[in-house]
Amino acid sequence: MKPLIALRSVAPLLLTGILVALVQGSLPDYWYFVLVVAGINIILAVSLNIVNGFTGQFSIGHAGFMAVGAYTAAKIVMSTRGLVSTGAGEQLVFLGALAAGMVTAAIAGFLVGMPSLRLRGDYLAIVTLGFNEIIRVIIENSEFLGQATGISGLPKLTTLAYVGMAAAITVMVAVRLLQSTHGRALLAIREDEVAAEAMGVDTTGYKVRAFVIAAALAGLAGGLLVFYLQLCTPKSFTFIKSIEVVAMIVLGGLGSVSGAFLTAAVLTILLETLRGFSEYRMVVYSLLLIFFMLGRPAGLFGTREIWDLLPRWRRKAAAGGAP
Amino acid sequence: MRFSRAVAVATLAFAVAACTEEKKEAPKPAAAAAPAPAPAPDKIIIGHVGSMTGEQATFGVSTDNAIKLAIAEQNKKGGIKGKQIELKTLDDQGKPEEAAVAATRLITQDKITLLLGEVASSRSLAMAPIADANKVPMISPTSTNPRVTKDGANTRPFVFRVCFIDPFQGTVMAKFATEKKIKNVAILKDVGNDYSVGLADFFQKKFVELGGKIVAEQSYKDGDQDFKAQLTAIKGKKPDAIYVPGYYGAVALIGRQAKELGLKVPLMGGDGWDSAKLFEVAKGALDGSYFSNHYTDEDPSPVVQEFIAKYKAAYGSVPDALAVLGYDAANVAFDAMSRAKDLSGPEIAAALAATKDFKAVSGVINIDADHNAVKSAVVLGIEKNKAKYAATVNP
Repeated sequence: MKPLIALRSVAPLLLTGILVALVQGSLPDYWYFVLVVAGINIILAVSLNIVNGFTGQFSIGHAGFMAVGAYTAAKIVMSTRGLVSTGAGEQLVFLGALAAGMVTAAIAGFLVGMPSLRLRGDYLAIVTLGFNEIIRVIIENSEFLGQATGISGLPKLTTLAYVGMAAAITVMVAVRLLQSTHGRALLAIREDEVAAEAMGVDTTGYKVRAFVIAAALAGLAGGLLVFYLQLCTPKSFTFIKSIEVVAMIVLGGLGSVSGAFLTAAVLTILLETLRGFSEYRMVVYSLLLIFFMLGRPAGLFGTREIWDLLPRWRRKAAAGGAP
Repeated sequence: MRFSRAVAVATLAFAVAACTEEKKEAPKPAAAAAPAPAPAPDKIIIGHVGSMTGEQATFGVSTDNAIKLAIAEQNKKGGIKGKQIELKTLDDQGKPEEAAVAATRLITQDKITLLLGEVASSRSLAMAPIADANKVPMISPTSTNPRVTKDGANTRPFVFRVCFIDPFQGTVMAKFATEKKIKNVAILKDVGNDYSVGLADFFQKKFVELGGKIVAEQSYKDGDQDFKAQLTAIKGKKPDAIYVPGYYGAVALIGRQAKELGLKVPLMGGDGWDSAKLFEVAKGALDGSYFSNHYTDEDPSPVVQEFIAKYKAAYGSVPDALAVLGYDAANVAFDAMSRAKDLSGPEIAAALAATKDFKAVSGVINIDADHNAVKSAVVLGIEKNKAKYAATVNP
């Protein structure tokens, strides 16, 4: 039984890696780019869903954590440039830089989350919104971080395989978290914080941990994005970006991993296919959002997952994990 | 339950459809990419990425209008090498990622011969590596940041521009201010904007070098509506002039609020001021101010007057500098394409780099070793809510 369980946690990663590696050679550049953006949006949506969906808090500063991760990674790679040869060494530095970006984003998440998550209500929304703007203003005023132009001339290190695997990790983290004791506590906090606390759940601790995980994953997404664009500019991490991610998870259904995953992918690809309409693109996009929100106020999936809709035998098998 | 299932199935179906669509398209470009990319035999496709929507929409629309005009003229003359030119414009909403995606789409899906854009430096910076990697020449009409045509210390082989760069524009105003016997200047810049910060830095450097003094430095952010705090602080320092290198929207408000505060010194700025909207909002508050620009519509030379007449006939308004530079960018591209041996990227880039004494609307263009255009700038003064020619400053 044990090796089977071990396989279960590695299999999705391997599968995505192999699948993407097979596909990425034959993809034209443009669709490659679109898929990279879609993958990054999936990481953002699924990670934000841990805070907004599972825990029922309202964070609207996800782009701020992206920026923290992105700038950390960019700075590390740029400062080690010339020290390491291209090829394997560079890839290693890149992976290290991404990990460092996740750590700094997690620290930022801790610092933001610790004071504001002790409270109930809308405070988190206000604090994260403020955090997003503060980060942007710090970058714009800091010569070290390249001010408003940002850091240009980054090497193109992000590949679709990296993005795909990062997205797979994110989804796995979210699903496993949801099915663990930790996840139950988060759901309890979402449903009724007072009741959860009365049952002995350390609400602040759980909320902060969920928030830190989400922030770290956002930092990863930021790092991947700037090394694909080869440009790290504060204009990529505005408040608008945060809101786009919130729109994705609300549309997908707060609390549903598959909802966040699918809407992030579909919205990104849909916006690309609509590019031909130029000025009317955003009108169509907004109309779609309004239409869906009127038709399904709880989001496409509500709090359900895609495997809840599978035939019964599968549901029974999953019943051990998620009733 | 039923509805949710139906929706889920529909979403899945759409996702699958989107995926299969990609697969169908995949082999075609891959096969075409292997040999030298052969554009459609009977026409040349030129791409333009611009901010057609978003906060700086007038920039993108003006540029696009002018490019359309240039292409229509060239097609009337018989096109290039007997081929007609076709334009494909994509919107980037003023976001760097969108500009990068749009550029990639034009280059790899539409197989464009040449890429025009972007107006703003931050977007051009996102597009430049893509043009370079795919060996498609890119001409930015108005990105004035020096880093756009640079990759570290090297010049990007396929990226060009037809405008002067920030260091030059900053020094132009510093020289002009010194000539006007202005001694003490306060700076009010948009910190969130690389263009504004760059101009302010280069202005300050040159102005201090020429013996001037910066008495105050204040900043604002894009989207600010109230500048009274900064202006009051500046007023206390009693400057002879204020350098405000921002975009037209903020500048017009700054002008009005300065007047309300009784601050009667001239404002000075850069080409970001150039928009009909500036005068619409300022309503005379900016009288007596100066800004550096790429051209003036009062220039009596026939090239300029002819262009203004044509633009007016087509769009019913006087072209702004962005339109002029969009038109120039397109014409410099056509000139290089007709001189190039064939229409492959490297040949066009070589012809572009060799551009010499090209008589454009915004002046005579020479492309230097860093792929920047070397040309003179004009300073315009504002009188009775209208821009009037004041001086020409040579490089």
